[in-house]
Amino acid sequence: MSGDVSQPASFAFNAEYLAKADQIIARYPEGRQQSAVLPLLDLAQRQHGWLPRAAMDHVAAKLRMAPIRVYEVATFYTMFNLRPVGRYFLQACTTTPCWLRGSDAVVGACRKVLGIGVGESTPDGLFSLVEVECLGACVNAPILQVNDDFYEDLDGPATERLLQSLQRGEVPPMGSVTGRQASAPAGGPTTLASLSFDRAPKTAAEGAE
Amino acid sequence: MPKLKIDGIEVEVPPGTTVLQACEILGIEVPRFCFHERLEIAGNCRMCLVEQEKAPKPIASCAMPAADNMVIHTNSPRARKARQGVMEFLLINHPLDCPICDQGGECDLQDQAMAYGFDRGRYRENKRAVKDKELGPLVKTTMTRCIHCTRCIRFATEIAGVEELGATGRGENMEVGTYVEKALTSELSGNIIDLCPVGALTSKPYAFTARSWELRKTESVDVLDAVGSSIRIDARGPQVMRILPRLNEAVNEEWISDKTRFAYDGLLRQRLDRPYVRRDGKLAPATWDEAFQAIAERMRGLAGNRMAAIAGDLACVESMFALRTLMDGLGSPHRDCRQDGAAIDPTARAGYLFNTTIAGIEDADFCLLIGTDPRWEAPLVNARLRKRWRRGGFQAARVGARTELTYPVEELGNDPSILAAIADGAHPLAERLKAAKAPMLILGMGAIARPDGAAVLAAARRIADACGLVRDGWNGFNLLHTAAARVGGLDAGFVPASGGRDMAGILAGAAGGEIDLVWLLGADEFDMGRLGRAFVVYQGHHGDAGAHRADVILPGAAYTEKDGLYVNMEGRVQEGRRAVFPPGEAREDWRVLRAFSGALGRPLPFDTLDQLRRRIAAACPVLASRETVAAAPWALFGVAAAVAAAPFRLPVADFYMTDPICRASTTMAECSELYVRGEDARTGTHG
Repeated sequence: MSGDVSQPASFAFNAEYLAKADQIIARYPEGRQQSAVLPLLDLAQRQHGWLPRAAMDHVAAKLRMAPIRVYEVATFYTMFNLRPVGRYFLQACTTTPCWLRGSDAVVGACRKVLGIGVGESTPDGLFSLVEVECLGACVNAPILQVNDDFYEDLDGPATERLLQSLQRGEVPPMGSVTGRQASAPAGGPTTLASLSFDRAPKTAAEGAE
Repeated sequence: MPKLKIDGIEVEVPPGTTVLQACEILGIEVPRFCFHERLEIAGNCRMCLVEQEKAPKPIASCAMPAADNMVIHTNSPRARKARQGVMEFLLINHPLDCPICDQGGECDLQDQAMAYGFDRGRYRENKRAVKDKELGPLVKTTMTRCIHCTRCIRFATEIAGVEELGATGRGENMEVGTYVEKALTSELSGNIIDLCPVGALTSKPYAFTARSWELRKTESVDVLDAVGSSIRIDARGPQVMRILPRLNEAVNEEWISDKTRFAYDGLLRQRLDRPYVRRDGKLAPATWDEAFQAIAERMRGLAGNRMAAIAGDLACVESMFALRTLMDGLGSPHRDCRQDGAAIDPTARAGYLFNTTIAGIEDADFCLLIGTDPRWEAPLVNARLRKRWRRGGFQAARVGARTELTYPVEELGNDPSILAAIADGAHPLAERLKAAKAPMLILGMGAIARPDGAAVLAAARRIADACGLVRDGWNGFNLLHTAAARVGGLDAGFVPASGGRDMAGILAGAAGGEIDLVWLLGADEFDMGRLGRAFVVYQGHHGDAGAHRADVILPGAAYTEKDGLYVNMEGRVQEGRRAVFPPGEAREDWRVLRAFSGALGRPLPFDTLDQLRRRIAAACPVLASRETVAAAPWALFGVAAAVAAAPFRLPVADFYMTDPICRASTTMAECSELYVRGEDARTGTHG
């Protein structure tokens, strides 16, 4: 399956990740250590950048599972990358809300700036682009997830600016690129516009309670 | 006890029964792909949908426990419609290649598509194509045909105990396979071919050789190990095309080992199809008369005690009894069926049987293995042990060489002195054996096929006595035989008569010039160089070690070519049946012996198989029974003596190369190359 990818010969957790792994394994009762397979695979992917077979074997050995059981898990979840990805792993959401709000422009900006389409990586290994299903931030659509961070309220030019700064090695602050706070209304607050902390006089009905 | 109504019939079923099983109790057939009685429930094919009144949707009957007051309709329009929908989905990605598929004619999907399939497809997209997997020399894959029932995955995980198969990917990209290309390292892997309800997993050696409806099916019994698995021999014309398991709950359930299933191509190669006589140091083709005359000439004037007979591992009871009768008539007391030199005591039947019985393993809660690797010596005994272990509350410990057995085993070390310590209560294991409710021990041939074997046998017996392995209604003392002929030979008295030599004695006599003629009845598993200058008659079916050494070769019939009785390690007498005729001039062994006795002028007292079997039954009453196991009375056996410190050796060095048939089989040679001798495929199961 992953035969076309050059696999590293071996993998082992480094000291930092090993400590994290042991901490996670300790959360589960004796004999149920296999429950830690998902977080451990995630750790392995974080350490290595993607998830090679040697890492799955390492996790299997660590949790005393048959390797095939780990392969099943790793191939089931799309967030495990079984082939190398760029340093900036671009995950463009193209599900309906994002698409309606202009995700085509986001994907188009990637092609324009980086010259790559969905499923491709730049030759310098800096960027990989994939299409993902709903990232659950529809209220700030369209979204481009870069590694773990969401960049929201994008349009074509904003995406281009984002990619260009990433190319320069600058990582802009995550969140909405339009500067709105979280998912607050785009044009500023529409309710509670003037906050007064004075106690409002009680109505007759409230006073009676 | 839930009481429910299925298709208008009230039925009361034990708690925990599924709706599908309840239907089966009533004889109502519910179609299924993923459900299998011996595997855990997966519930993923949805073919077994039935209608339950007051339920919002059709229910998957294989996974739904039967409950009180359920009203089930298995054949209502709604249930049929639901199954038709499932079938249409299954067929969306299933190729229309039945005409070139080996499963064609015996395919669950094909059969059920006749009942539930639509007469044309509504799907207009491209079907999905899946790359075939390489699972080794036995199992051929056509993964595009796979319907993802996961039976093979569950078999490998649960029964075979090799977690190597899995389902990778998800949704439409799900694929069944090993992910990393590798051959299945199981000696039971062929069973996934039978389990596969479609043509995704088929037999590689059988590929494109026959169609199921052309085959003549003969129910018989396997002789390639001492389990005596029930098999069905499928033959076309003069050739065995394949071997399949037959249901036998007491012995092999519905599994057989890969050796049983795939060694049949050895029946075509290296066959002895005509008599040979050695002339001027070279074996030359001869007629039966010439061969008989050559033996008779050598026998003329030879005293009985200068002749000996050795029976091999594949011999049937009839041939051994006939040869024994012949040798008795000639006045020879020297004969043995223990060609590995195992110090089995033939006087006490309980001392050489697998007394617990194979099905009885499921009642045991502690098993002490002594000098044995059941996985290679008797894969289906090992599968039972694993089955018992999976149910929980079972422990296994072993004195002997370490091998991987597919269940945890406490390795006590390969030190024969531990046996005496356990028997004396000095070893902590003694207390655990005593505390167990149903303890058993399994003594391997490796432990007793050595010079001090009788002492090891006695030590094991002492453990059985001291630790309460033999109690009312329970006998936990077991010998694990490796040869199908062994128990039959012991029962039929193919052991030294009074004053006779045993295996070691015969070989010593032959080397020392005290034995001038040795009759080998398919005996190939010892060093022929030790026969010295003796005149060797080899009666058998394959040109193996014995035939090479022989002075006269009498071609015999293999187990697929004769009606014969075989006694398995439990003492179960089973009938093998002829599926094809022996090649060329080869004849059934008892007929050869009868004919020779006639040529010698001392005709044996039987002319038909029926007469011979009546004589056998009269001489050895235990051989009159069929298919049953009678408990053997506990008696004294073995010779109490010091046990040497030498570690136990395993009797089976190569699972795929244990007898002349396997050694002639190219399929077995490929397996041996890959699994046993191949460096990168080493599995750790070979000591």
